[in-house]
Amino acid sequence: MKVRAFEHGLLLALAVVLLSIASVSSAEEKAGWKNGTSLAATQEKSCVRDTAFMRRNHMEVIKHARIDTVRKGVRGVDGSLSECIVCHVNKDDKGVPIPVNQEGQFCAGCHQYVGVSLDCYQCHATVPTH
Amino acid sequence: MNNTQDTNQKRRQFLLKGAAVTAAAVAPGVMLHTAVVAKPLGEAVTDAVRWGMLIDAAKCADGCDSCVQACNDENGLDLLQKPQGQAEDLWDQQIPKWIRNVKVKDNLSGHVTNLPMMCQHCEEPPCVDVCPTTASFRRADGIVMVDRHLCIGCRYCMMACPYKARSFVHDVVEHKLTRAPRGKGCVESCNFCVHRLDDGQTTTACQDACAKEGHDAITFGDLNDPHSEVSQALKEQSSTQIRADLKLNTGVRYRGV
Repeated sequence: MKVRAFEHGLLLALAVVLLSIASVSSAEEKAGWKNGTSLAATQEKSCVRDTAFMRRNHMEVIKHARIDTVRKGVRGVDGSLSECIVCHVNKDDKGVPIPVNQEGQFCAGCHQYVGVSLDCYQCHATVPTH
Repeated sequence: MNNTQDTNQKRRQFLLKGAAVTAAAVAPGVMLHTAVVAKPLGEAVTDAVRWGMLIDAAKCADGCDSCVQACNDENGLDLLQKPQGQAEDLWDQQIPKWIRNVKVKDNLSGHVTNLPMMCQHCEEPPCVDVCPTTASFRRADGIVMVDRHLCIGCRYCMMACPYKARSFVHDVVEHKLTRAPRGKGCVESCNFCVHRLDDGQTTTACQDACAKEGHDAITFGDLNDPHSEVSQALKEQSSTQIRADLKLNTGVRYRGV
């Protein structure tokens, strides 16, 4: 009985993982950021880790950096949210940065699609500033 | 009990001897101390440095608020907007202020003293004592800060602070700076321009503004370094801690009050 429950759990987990991979990639297409004007989209800079890792674990990377930065004063670390924004912010026709949490932009694109609330920008700037 | 005391004594003596040997071995006649050197970006702060400030109220000019303006500009406080429909006087009470201009009048002599009042960066901060979520904390280098990720906005620290140094953000914040994140429902206060210090700079915005005005009432630096400007200034002349009776060992000291 226990073995069967375990198998069921495993199947469920696999299904969730597959589903999330599928939804992430289609969310990106929907968001349209791939054709954007950000540094990341134009391949001028590469991310701190590979894309597959970041898709699943970016929140952990950011959280780790935030604790180090706020409580220990460690700056310029991989996973600094301000660096995420520097690379992933798109610019409009006039070269003005578009907030990353605006509909269809890098952060909001996926988060809206999968229905995960995005709390970072209640406090953090959404475009690179000083 | 005696045994424990014995052990403690022995341990203490051992440590003292060890320290003496190390000191002699390093360089006879030369004291070891670290000058303020820019901390590498990717390293954690340590208690080798304790940031502190000396404010000379005698040099603080009546009617001048350049330090407050500079602080507001540096930390994005001037970007805050009055919530729609809120009364002007309520907004004036609630708008976050990291530095307050305080005017003290001696009723007997009529002498008026002006001084900027901000977070005193206590060694024993009451705000940290009372915080139920450890959001209010003291960094290794002596800066008392709020970790907004953990702050639940209970405002217990505001009640505990004897200096009225903390503010609460009551409404959604539209315009934010990268260097000074801010959002509804969190408490905040002066952090000695921590983004500058982490970046390797050694001055605060208020200090720079005061010097620019030619008043030079604010001296800032490392209290642990006996050769720093602030340590030298503190050594030369007497200074006071506001509410010294509370024994908080403040990082901000005043002269001429």
